[in-house]
Amino acid sequence: MPESAQPRPGSESERSELDGSLLLVERTDSEINQAVLQPMLRGGRNFWILVAGLGAVVAWGLYAWGYLVTWGIGTTGKNRPVYWTLFITTFVFWVGISHAGTMISAVLRLLKVDWRRPITRGAEAMTSFALMMAALYPLIHLGRVWKFYWMIPYPNGRFMWPNFQSPLMWDLVAISTYLIGSTLYLYLALIPDMAMARDHTGGWRFQLYRALALGWRGTEAEWHKLHRALGIFSVAIIPIFLSVHSIVSWDFAVTIQPRWHSTIFAPYFVVGAIYSGLAALACILVIVRRGMRLGEFLRAEHFNALGKLVMVAGMLWTYFWFAGFLVEWYGNEPVTRELIQEEIAGRLAPLFYLQMAANLIPIGLLAFRRVRSTPRLLLLAGLSVNVGMYTERLLIVVGSLQRNDIPFNWGTYRPTWVEISIVAMTFAGFALLYILFSRIVPYVPVWEIKEGRLRYSLRRIGRLLVPTAAEIE
Amino acid sequence: MAQAAKPSAEPGRRWGLVVDLDRCTGCQACVVACQAENNVPVAGEKQAGYGRWMHWIIIHRYWEGEYPNIKARFMPVMCQQCDEAPCEPVCPVFATYHNPEGLNAQIYNRCIGTRFCGNACPYKVRTYNWFRPEFPAPLTEQLNPDVTVRSRGIMEKCTFCIQRIRRAELDARAQGREVADGEIQPACVQTCPPEALIFGDLNDPESRVSQLARSRRSFRLLEELGTDPGVIYLKGGETNA
Repeated sequence: MPESAQPRPGSESERSELDGSLLLVERTDSEINQAVLQPMLRGGRNFWILVAGLGAVVAWGLYAWGYLVTWGIGTTGKNRPVYWTLFITTFVFWVGISHAGTMISAVLRLLKVDWRRPITRGAEAMTSFALMMAALYPLIHLGRVWKFYWMIPYPNGRFMWPNFQSPLMWDLVAISTYLIGSTLYLYLALIPDMAMARDHTGGWRFQLYRALALGWRGTEAEWHKLHRALGIFSVAIIPIFLSVHSIVSWDFAVTIQPRWHSTIFAPYFVVGAIYSGLAALACILVIVRRGMRLGEFLRAEHFNALGKLVMVAGMLWTYFWFAGFLVEWYGNEPVTRELIQEEIAGRLAPLFYLQMAANLIPIGLLAFRRVRSTPRLLLLAGLSVNVGMYTERLLIVVGSLQRNDIPFNWGTYRPTWVEISIVAMTFAGFALLYILFSRIVPYVPVWEIKEGRLRYSLRRIGRLLVPTAAEIE
Repeated sequence: MAQAAKPSAEPGRRWGLVVDLDRCTGCQACVVACQAENNVPVAGEKQAGYGRWMHWIIIHRYWEGEYPNIKARFMPVMCQQCDEAPCEPVCPVFATYHNPEGLNAQIYNRCIGTRFCGNACPYKVRTYNWFRPEFPAPLTEQLNPDVTVRSRGIMEKCTFCIQRIRRAELDARAQGREVADGEIQPACVQTCPPEALIFGDLNDPESRVSQLARSRRSFRLLEELGTDPGVIYLKGGETNA
């Protein structure tokens, strides 16, 4: 990465102490426009090879799904008593990933944290696409996917209303609300940039951007309305975002299955979601920064700040994990004891220690500024967190279900190629949607950067250059 | 003595089953009778070995002691027809619901296959149609016309042979009388050679099941979970040695 492209030479510590200097890109507006637009227009051979590769994985996954639909859920590794497996695990994982977008753009927007500006769009896109992948799983997991609409509440010929006592109905409502809300939120903040792109492109892109920009001209009234709308959305989406992963946790916690039946599950899941989501965001930013040469906008300061946030989320996760585990361990109920034994010294031990190592080591690593602000190291830490959090969900879903109150009903589980292919399909599908998005939509929110620049200026007071911040609503 | 099964909130009947573990020999006759009566698909050796057997009664077998001083303990476990059934509230489409006779009814046509009920059930007596059900010849010749053949992707479980309950009730009503105690016999009860299974109305204090439920030997499976099962086990003697 061209570190020299950074506008402000000087030692690392000096720069980050001047919080305002984050945004003082010494470029004209039109240079910024071009710096963001040019990487979108460069297709390149490698890009299309990547698209083809991901597309192939998605196609294979679709074949596996077709196979599953044709022959039945028996083609997966599920059995009695392990009725939920990789699909639900990965569902929880994707819903968790989706939490970082709101955390970054809504929470940090409300708190007026300025380092969020260049990364909000990447985070919001991640939220929407991760939710789309998550939403596939409840469908896939039914097997007979065409029956899905029976869960949708509408007056129907079956004279049946769905059962709103079931956490699956809460899931349906929460996830569709969150998907619609976060996609609208992504789109709202996109309108001025669509207008910018419209003014600088031709051909099909021009047509597309013109339609998406909704005739945005950048008048005072339009900006006023946009800020109002974003303000309202930021506040409204926070309770939704908290509710979504709480509800996902209640899918488990409302049953009397040992290790699931826990009151701490909702906050534990939310914190875990933020942890894995922020870590995934850090990874994605590092990769996109390299692929699209956005080093000028996504700088060490941003990674440093994001890394701190990941570290704090990791500490919170550890706290909640410990609080839950300690009480279960002390409770010493027979089946819970058996499950904990399996985790600590039994068949689940490799997964358990992988979970702990992959989740805890990054927290220690991220305490160092060098790790946080070096993209490659941050990428490693973020990947580790996501491996750890996936394993955590695997332990919760598959691990717990193998044991229950009656020892005769204990079971084991082996994944099949169908399940693994479908899980791989959503990972590839997410990456595919994301990289296509990054070529169609300005990845760095140009207007936010410009707005941030307006906020900060260097004033000469005597001989000193002093960064000053203005209040912008 | 176990806490007496509380009468169903609904007036009328609460069907219950008594399983006398001191009489059970683990012969599996009930399993086969149930399979024949209720069109239970055949999973095959491989699938069954992977925990995908379909039969509605599962004979739990436990070994006590070390060889050669070893005893086999048998416990037939079918749907416990809980009054506070954990499987019921979690179903998003009301495929499993509580009927007025205290039965935990499974409506096959409503089931979309989330398998949430299977996870919620602490007894793990719900079975899922992993594939299209198979009835190797000549089993197709003996399918029971009173019972639906379930398609794949559907949860099923013991119904207390609800088709037999309905038949007896209709017959009794046609003759203008009440159903007599012992008149209804689910397939497993009818078949059990040592008469370890007894079926009847728990709300009728004079019925045989009620009397046995009050026995010193009675207990209910995982009663501490508060599920209020309608299946009562008897255990006390050493006839199973």
